Amino acid sequence: MEELLHIVVCAGIVPDPLQTLEPASGPGGPALKNEMALPAVLDPWAASALYEAANLAAKNPGSKVWLVSLGPKAKLQQVMMTVAQKASFQLVAIDGPIGGFADAHATAAALAETIVTLPGLERERLLLFGGWESATRGAGVTLQLVGERLGIADQFQGVDQIEFRDDGSFEVLERIEGGKHQVSVCAGTPAVLGWATGNLAEPRNNPQVGMANMRGILPALQKARPANLAANGLRYLSLSLPKAQRTTRLVKDSSPKAIAGELLAWLQEE
Amino acid sequence: MSADDMITEPVPQEEAAVEMERPAMEVDIACAGFGPAMGGFLTTLTRAWNANPGDPCFESKSVPGMPLQVHCYERSDNISAGVSGVVTRARGIRASFPDLNPAEIPMAAEIHEEHVLYLLDPIGASRRSTLLRLGDRVLRAAGPLLGVRNSAFELPWTPPFLHKQPGLVLSIGQFNEWVGSQLMEGGLVQIWPGTPVAAPIFSRHAVEGLRQADQGVTRGGEPDAGFMQGMDVRARLTVVGDGPVGAVSRAIDEQIGLPEGHARREWALGMKFVIEVPEDSPLKPGTVWHTFGFPEPEIFGFLYVHPERLVSVGIFVPSWMGDPQRTSYRYLQHYIQHPALWPYLKDGTLRSWGAKSLEESGKHGEPFLSGDGYARIGEGSGSTNMLTGSGVDEAWTTGVQLGEAVLELLRAGKPFTKENLAVTYETRRQASWVERGAQQAASARNGFHGGFLSGLAGMALAGLSRGRLSIAAHIPPAHRQIASSTASLKLEDVAALSVADGRPLHDALMTARGWPEIAFDGRLLVSHQDALLMGGKVQAMPGFADHVIFRDAGLCIACEEKTCIAMCSGQALTQSAEGVPAFEREKCVHCGACLWNCAHSPDGEHGNIEFRAGAGGLHSAEN
Repeated sequence: MEELLHIVVCAGIVPDPLQTLEPASGPGGPALKNEMALPAVLDPWAASALYEAANLAAKNPGSKVWLVSLGPKAKLQQVMMTVAQKASFQLVAIDGPIGGFADAHATAAALAETIVTLPGLERERLLLFGGWESATRGAGVTLQLVGERLGIADQFQGVDQIEFRDDGSFEVLERIEGGKHQVSVCAGTPAVLGWATGNLAEPRNNPQVGMANMRGILPALQKARPANLAANGLRYLSLSLPKAQRTTRLVKDSSPKAIAGELLAWLQEE
Repeated sequence: MSADDMITEPVPQEEAAVEMERPAMEVDIACAGFGPAMGGFLTTLTRAWNANPGDPCFESKSVPGMPLQVHCYERSDNISAGVSGVVTRARGIRASFPDLNPAEIPMAAEIHEEHVLYLLDPIGASRRSTLLRLGDRVLRAAGPLLGVRNSAFELPWTPPFLHKQPGLVLSIGQFNEWVGSQLMEGGLVQIWPGTPVAAPIFSRHAVEGLRQADQGVTRGGEPDAGFMQGMDVRARLTVVGDGPVGAVSRAIDEQIGLPEGHARREWALGMKFVIEVPEDSPLKPGTVWHTFGFPEPEIFGFLYVHPERLVSVGIFVPSWMGDPQRTSYRYLQHYIQHPALWPYLKDGTLRSWGAKSLEESGKHGEPFLSGDGYARIGEGSGSTNMLTGSGVDEAWTTGVQLGEAVLELLRAGKPFTKENLAVTYETRRQASWVERGAQQAASARNGFHGGFLSGLAGMALAGLSRGRLSIAAHIPPAHRQIASSTASLKLEDVAALSVADGRPLHDALMTARGWPEIAFDGRLLVSHQDALLMGGKVQAMPGFADHVIFRDAGLCIACEEKTCIAMCSGQALTQSAEGVPAFEREKCVHCGACLWNCAHSPDGEHGNIEFRAGAGGLHSAEN
């Protein structure tokens, strides 16, 4: 059975994870060195949410996808030139600071305020999508907070799949420990889904989709309202990068057993 | 080739077997490639539109009621994924941005000091002629008197043609990003990254637009899951700025040919590291070193100091270095360890790495700059000055010149015909400093085809006489510049070494030649594979066909030199049991070295490797 869905995807932009990221102290607190100069991408977890949303909307004709993104307008525009080629959506841009050091409550408030004013959005058809994590400085709570502010009680995190049933309910697969999924059935929309990777491959760049999206993207960027994110007393005490280490050795004349043993020892060290 | 021989339908790319309607759209101006030249072109258009958006000349003909539709398609995944750190006089760039503040562009700095160093060989592995060895001996003997320090002799006087002051040290990645964000804020142009253009669309005498690469295909180009034919973008004007190895540029060269006597036969591979040096480094931002003499006499090098303790250091391996076992990565590792450089770099950290081909034919390789419906700008249009070693500023300026020409034609309501573009664009270019420089530089490097010392003499002659004097030379096609393998190492011996300890071919070649092993430290001196994963990591979107194609398998199987493997910047080409090198698209950085590092030619002019449009590549924004 087809559902008429209103899917709102909250997706921020992050520095391309392939870049060298370096913490730095800025006048406003912690920052990444030269972050505005680093190429940005749609946060990979949220990007999965967008692709799943587009796929779901395509399977349910008449459904609609909004992409709500908070970030510097100029950076958003650059990222959109790539993202717009991959899925159909209507952009809602909020002009704000780059990065994940903003207070999650303030960010959630700005997103929620924007979502409730979306013209044509029907709350009873709403699926609020986003990433359950972020590729950089993720607070891990922003999406939940947006859901709370919108008064949506049904929330799922680490989602890899959503399957609608004939009666309008839907089944959700959430990641749990041990590489397994928890299966839940939700009576219906509205609901919040924080996506893991999902099951879809990254869509190809389709210039025609890009052109169609672009008709809405440029006006959306032009009328992006500024977000005033209050610090709410948030203070960072320290900042460090996750441990990243790569050492390469050429190994010859070593048995598979010996190599496996060495790998095991290395994993145990970690 | 006559115009009548030209194809009348779009150039077929990897012919798909299935019949599907190819998507198409119309724009006013379609652009291939986003680099400094395209930046200059689009900046000129955008500024004019922003100054007077109501000007009727900016009304679109492809989408009535809308402003001019200007679309730019860039292969790489981001417009900042350039692979070049440069020193430039920035004459043209400053003309476009008179109030330019380098502090606004990350990694940009005003040049404060320039040095030219001749590097002696402290190792003894460098292939030097007897005459050069003799000269080196004299230098060493007279070292204390002449100021030879750390096996380097600094030239007390630098010829003016090598000076870049008052100019800028730039990261092209950051510069592109800076220009691109201003353009997108301008609102006129659309720059689409991750969109490789496979070929121009020809119609008899004219270019009518661009055809994008097919997606959802196998490595061989056959339709596969999610097959999507590349879109045809038809345009009144096609602007070609896809660089020296761009698929559109080369397709036009093949279809229309080059002007009489012109050929693209001289190349170099520029490879460099971006290194973060320690906090107590004495290197000041804006410091520029040019070097020559090491690791091989033919290999020129550079060191540019950016702000924030970042240093670009790299080498150029030219096509006229006849050695078939030429390589870059390991040479670069030896270069940075030269006693003149190492004290400044040894405690640094490798942040990024990159490589690109430079088209060094200059005026000799200049194509027809325009034709019906198209114009060529930038490095692919032969704008690089081979005497001053300058390309970015020239490229930018050719873009500006075309932008001004296009505005003139739009305002006059004239079509983009060959005649109109010749009168507006070509005339501007020919009357400019870019052309004067190109003329002076035209034969400046001829002497290198007779050896290193005659090359230096030729450059000095051309530079000091402003191009009036030069050394005559016959410049053979690139594949014939590669010496026969019989005069050098036997590949099978080296291959055995490579197989014996699992190292890549280029590494084995250098070791066999007597270069000391690199003591990896995991921070600055890392394996080639690790370099691919540091800072400028390499990625390729799935679903595109292989863009490196071996035309005649028989030639590859019989090939003893395997220069393409030794010179492959990303180790994307490796030896295979079948004899035809294996190509891994996911490791290709699109430097295009394989295009001219092939010793065998099926047609007498080009190598046996075809380099098509492809997606992906380096993701570094610091290059």
